[in-house]
Amino acid sequence: MTSNQVLSEVEFNVVGKRPVRPDGVDKVTGRAQYGGDTNLTGTLQAKVLRSPHPHARIKSIDTSKAESFPGVRAVITAKDLPLASLSKEELGGDYTALKFASDHMMASDKVLFKGHPVAAVAAINAHVAQSAMDLIDVDYEVLDSVVDVREAMKPGATLIHDELRTNDMGETADQPSNIAAHMRYEIGDVTKGFADADLVMEKEFTTATVHQGYIEPHNTTAFWNSDGQLNLWTSTQGSFQVRATVSNILRLPISKVKVTPMEIGGGFGGKITAYLDAICSILSKKTGTPVKALMSRTEVFEASGPAPASWMRVKIGVKNNGTMTAVETEMAMDAGAYPGSPVMQAIVCAFACYDVENGRIDGYDVVVNKPKTAAYRAPGAPQAAFAVESLIDEICLNLKIDPIEFRLLNAAKEGTRRIEGLVARKIGFVECLEAARTHDHYKSKVEKGTGRGVAAGYWPNRGFQSSVVMTVNYDGVVSLIMGSVDIGGTRASIAQQTAETLGIAYEDVKPTVVDTDSIGYTFITGGSRTSFATGLAAISAAEDVKQQMISRAAKIWDASEDDIEFVAGMISHKSDEELKLSFKDLARQTATTGGSISGRSSVDPTGEGNGYAVHIADVAVDTETGKTDVTRFTAIQDAGKAVHPSYVEGQMQGGAVQGIGWALNEEYFFDDTGKMLNSSFLDYRMPTTLDLPMIDTVIVEVANPGHPYGVRGVGEVAICPPMAAVANAVTGVTGHRMNSLPITPGKILEAGWENGKS
Amino acid sequence: MLELATIFIPTMLQEITHGIKKLELDARNVRQVVDELEKAYPGIQERLLDADEIREGLAVVVDGDVSVMGMLTKVGEQSEVHFVPAIGGGG
Repeated sequence: MTSNQVLSEVEFNVVGKRPVRPDGVDKVTGRAQYGGDTNLTGTLQAKVLRSPHPHARIKSIDTSKAESFPGVRAVITAKDLPLASLSKEELGGDYTALKFASDHMMASDKVLFKGHPVAAVAAINAHVAQSAMDLIDVDYEVLDSVVDVREAMKPGATLIHDELRTNDMGETADQPSNIAAHMRYEIGDVTKGFADADLVMEKEFTTATVHQGYIEPHNTTAFWNSDGQLNLWTSTQGSFQVRATVSNILRLPISKVKVTPMEIGGGFGGKITAYLDAICSILSKKTGTPVKALMSRTEVFEASGPAPASWMRVKIGVKNNGTMTAVETEMAMDAGAYPGSPVMQAIVCAFACYDVENGRIDGYDVVVNKPKTAAYRAPGAPQAAFAVESLIDEICLNLKIDPIEFRLLNAAKEGTRRIEGLVARKIGFVECLEAARTHDHYKSKVEKGTGRGVAAGYWPNRGFQSSVVMTVNYDGVVSLIMGSVDIGGTRASIAQQTAETLGIAYEDVKPTVVDTDSIGYTFITGGSRTSFATGLAAISAAEDVKQQMISRAAKIWDASEDDIEFVAGMISHKSDEELKLSFKDLARQTATTGGSISGRSSVDPTGEGNGYAVHIADVAVDTETGKTDVTRFTAIQDAGKAVHPSYVEGQMQGGAVQGIGWALNEEYFFDDTGKMLNSSFLDYRMPTTLDLPMIDTVIVEVANPGHPYGVRGVGEVAICPPMAAVANAVTGVTGHRMNSLPITPGKILEAGWENGKS
Repeated sequence: MLELATIFIPTMLQEITHGIKKLELDARNVRQVVDELEKAYPGIQERLLDADEIREGLAVVVDGDVSVMGMLTKVGEQSEVHFVPAIGGGG
């Protein structure tokens, strides 16, 4: 049973309704074109040879047997990438970043994780490519590896990169280290804050490497035309991001690269990085034909970008009444083989739910012998929320304070200054907590043998660049062209905002996602930004259309533009009520009043539409086996304004389910050397509908003042609270604090044995 | 009377400002902010910038808005200027 509800403050004509998605028919009938469906005449199939070792030096690669194998058209190694022939001096200050990016795509001197590409073959079919690939002889010098983030931080640890030195906000350390970067922010007087506390609690927490688990594997088709134009058809969250990566690695002007984003079968942050595109491009250049590559599930697990494992220490001081006096955290996240974990985002998000005067946050970005981590839904924030929200639960138990009352007492509000220094604008955290407190789930009795946990989460939701073009057709239908890849229903949400602004029907807006040559720069679909930022671009382009339609009406009526208004899809003379035209009527006259009308806009919004969520989880734990079942779950979230409530509910439910997976099941198993042992969906256990209750949702709407309809991003914050909510519920049943994710049956049983009870 | 912008010094750079956590400056854009900081506290510029742009991993926030114009971002008379970790996103 579900009790999804929307706590709405403002009603619009189209925004806030639940129309059918424009891409729905194609997707449910199997006609939608995904990357795997790309089949150009003469396409060759590519296979990538990957390292079996987590850490090894490449002594030599012999590709001669593969090259002479019948049906093989090309074989490449890192020597075929342009960077191989460019010196440090030629690349200047970009050398390290470019070498890391190029080596990540194909290793030149060392392999740094199991699955690291070392060579690739293009052949007449995948079987031939596979057979030829098996003939490539790589001579490795196997090196010691390090996979644990804390082990990698220790002095004397095996070095992943010989020249990597810690960057302490612009100051580079003297000695090489696996700690790529360290950042610290502080507010108030932390020492005094802890001294003023009646209770100080401190604990350490860990989380495992987890994967986004998108259904569609990475895929790319490349065709490097003889005129020098490179075309790519790929599954990506950001076609412009792929264009930038490929042009950087292949040293091509961006105008020589055109990327067409195909439909995408899930991404969650994992389809921002381009893995196959440069490889297929080089193979295509060598062969003169299109080349296509498709990862297997094992390749996706071992060689794409999971979310980092983490170690976190959290310390919180409180007065006896629950008021927080000081907070402190150190967080270290593994970046995988190359720098760039989301730990700095983690520390910023860690305490953003709370108004606390004294705080210190430290983050460490650490390289290890694992695949380079990538974004995964609110990158860094879920791990941080697990640690902070778990310790808060412990404090609530200690002080015998209701966990929602505690959070209300300390909640961030408009005007709260966060530890990194920024001040919250209008936010809806208190409203989320109030909605949780009054929800039937929270008021219901906790069943015997079950436990209930509550947790909160935060994600900033920033904007970035988006471009939109829209054209008014003679029949009054508006063609809406955008560069934002549609993952979670953004064709619909942008079309709704367009229709609302123009005062026309949703069905009269026809959205299309186009390639990088056909629209202005548009940042990735990620960061919960698309409905917000591309929505702003659409609203601005629609205003452009409105102004042009006023101008056309002025021509028709021989009137001043100042005397004409555009209200609710009607263009009217302000003082002559006989003079009025509907949007469609005027669209029919565009041919005789100056030609087609097109509106356009490129935006780069600077404000944040901070997102907050509160989750309530009930779990039952079998004390004989340690198995945990989630028996009831409610997700509450401030959406600002839910443009399409069904898709917002879907985001909230999806985030909650992925979070439950992190909490209870999901982890990469590595052997001692860093080889992943469970690279299939059989062994990497994600929750299915059979494992879960219906996820109830409550959409809270506290309008974002930075958007005309109040929209905030909704895609990410939903994954922040579930881990702690489930962990806190498990504590409620077992009495044991679970500091390490996932909370496997084994860990629950071990906690019982250590505490002398099962 | 001229109102000055308030510059919040990142914790890790307060060793350069001798423990000063925030200070007031007469600056009209981020470039002038950095220039004025460098005049008062030599060495701080190279911790904030890389090749004359804000260092990768950092973002400038003026009055709560994340800068999209880098060093050209306008700073008002009573603005708050912060240098904070850059935030990306997943999906």
